[in-house]
Amino acid sequence: MNPKRVNNIATGVIFALVGIVVAILLFLIGYILFNGVPNISWKFLTTSAQAFSSGGGIRDQLFNSLYLLVLTLILSFPIALGAGIYLAEYAPDNWVTNLIRTTIEVLSSLPSVVVGLFGYLFLVIQLQLSFSILSGAIALTFFNLPLLTRSIEESLNSVSSLQKEAGKSLGLSDWKTITKILLPVALPGILTGVILSAGRVFGEAAALIYTAGQSAPAVNYGNWNFLDPTSFLNPMRPAETLAVHIWKVNTESVTPDAHLISSASSAVLIIVILIFNLGARYLGNHLYKKMTATK
Amino acid sequence: MKETQNKLLSKSKATREDYLGRSICYFCIGLIIALVVCILYFITTRGIATFTQNHVSVWGFLTGQNWNPGGVDSHGKPEVGALPMIVTSFSVTVLAALVATPFALGMAIFMSEIAGSKGTKFLQPVIELLVGIPSVVYGFIGLSVVVPIIRKVFGGTGFGILAGTIVLFVMVLPTITSLSVDSLKAVPMSYRQASLALGANRWQTIYKVILRTAAPGLLTAVIFGMARAFGEALAVQMVIGNAVLMPHGLVSPASTLTSKLTTEVGNTVMGTLPNNALWSLALILLLMSLFFNLVVRFIARKGSIKK
Repeated sequence: MNPKRVNNIATGVIFALVGIVVAILLFLIGYILFNGVPNISWKFLTTSAQAFSSGGGIRDQLFNSLYLLVLTLILSFPIALGAGIYLAEYAPDNWVTNLIRTTIEVLSSLPSVVVGLFGYLFLVIQLQLSFSILSGAIALTFFNLPLLTRSIEESLNSVSSLQKEAGKSLGLSDWKTITKILLPVALPGILTGVILSAGRVFGEAAALIYTAGQSAPAVNYGNWNFLDPTSFLNPMRPAETLAVHIWKVNTESVTPDAHLISSASSAVLIIVILIFNLGARYLGNHLYKKMTATK
Repeated sequence: MKETQNKLLSKSKATREDYLGRSICYFCIGLIIALVVCILYFITTRGIATFTQNHVSVWGFLTGQNWNPGGVDSHGKPEVGALPMIVTSFSVTVLAALVATPFALGMAIFMSEIAGSKGTKFLQPVIELLVGIPSVVYGFIGLSVVVPIIRKVFGGTGFGILAGTIVLFVMVLPTITSLSVDSLKAVPMSYRQASLALGANRWQTIYKVILRTAAPGLLTAVIFGMARAFGEALAVQMVIGNAVLMPHGLVSPASTLTSKLTTEVGNTVMGTLPNNALWSLALILLLMSLFFNLVVRFIARKGSIKK
């Protein structure tokens, strides 16, 4: 065969492969949305789940997912920010830093089920936090930290060194340069990273099964005292999230309309994550344009 | 006089702030390191309890084919053979990577060499979306689409390694693709120009120059994909069938390390042999994850592109 022919065949194969991948994605999204969206109703979103009869909703699971997400971000963002600043600004170029980077890589490549099991061992049993939102949030923090740290480090590194030198030459201290010059410039990147990680946290289930638990006890949405066991804000109650709920109705529960519930819940999950992804993209671009005055 | 002296000798507000900020950052990074050490320590001590407290031999654990930690075999020894799960885990991982690699390479070559910025702009979100879909949703689709199709075509229950492979293939595809794109883009432009100037056409350039230069990076991408597949729990658990048997074929129910862990940890009592045996499975997962990391490091050191 002459090279020209091979070239054409290879190009054709590559186009076919790309076509198949795009078709898979369209099928996935289409399947979830077409099966799920017609089943989403206001009633579905606002009634609590049923264990043995059909017609249950996802009110508590949806709230738990959002509450857990907020707690996780509150816990993980400051730590990741500090660690990111350390890696981008303070870390000297030597074997210690190398070791630290390796450690973070190890943490990020750990299977989420291992992180969940560690959470179970350490938080639920050792610290006796029991199956609770707090245990879940801390376990998700473990899971979220390495990625968030890396994205913050990258956004800080992408700031032009001229900005840093300008700060230094004005006689500002390191800390002032970082907080007043570098962080504001890196903000769009950091925000994008946080929102993308929020999407991951929102869909995570394996790390939560043995930390936040698999039950969603009835809570009172009018009770704002977060120390009260029936309050919806109480961080010490077990909390099944939306992702765990999908897993549970498909594997262990006897709910008769499991397929309906899981397709609708999957659609809700995907829609929320889509909003996060698009939001991250839009907000990042928008902020970047606004702050750098480019068009 | 005294005041001036004090002012000159004591640290300024900015310096104190500097120290404070610096120590906060050191504290944060220290926290992460302590966390990793803690994870390694806890899982390891729990994981080796099967061998130290319950006196199960490591070899027997890794090669035994019967898993029934509650009972004992004819010699009066506990039956904790993890081989079926180890074999299944490796099979789905390797098969998924084998299927996904050509697709991922095709995507990556398309994005970095063939399509201009327009095609990349369209495909980048596709990849990001695939990454963003939660694993339980993949599991649910596998359960309601893939498993029935396999049941219809091959008979049986439909659960098994084949279903697991198909689900994992879609899950590792974006991971391998995006890392491959990075490594293809890292090939210096001058290589392409040199090859084209010698009269090579596009495929010759891709095949003989770009893919070879990027080979270490592509290998790393595949290994990262395998690491993800190996550690994936829920999606696999939903379609694999969860029977602790040596897999006889691609469509017989089986069980991976992760699926066993997710279904059983809640049903055993802390400190007993059935529980310890599960932690040993977790230890295998942890060690494999470390191993994948090591391989990636090794490749990175050997084969970085020299400019």
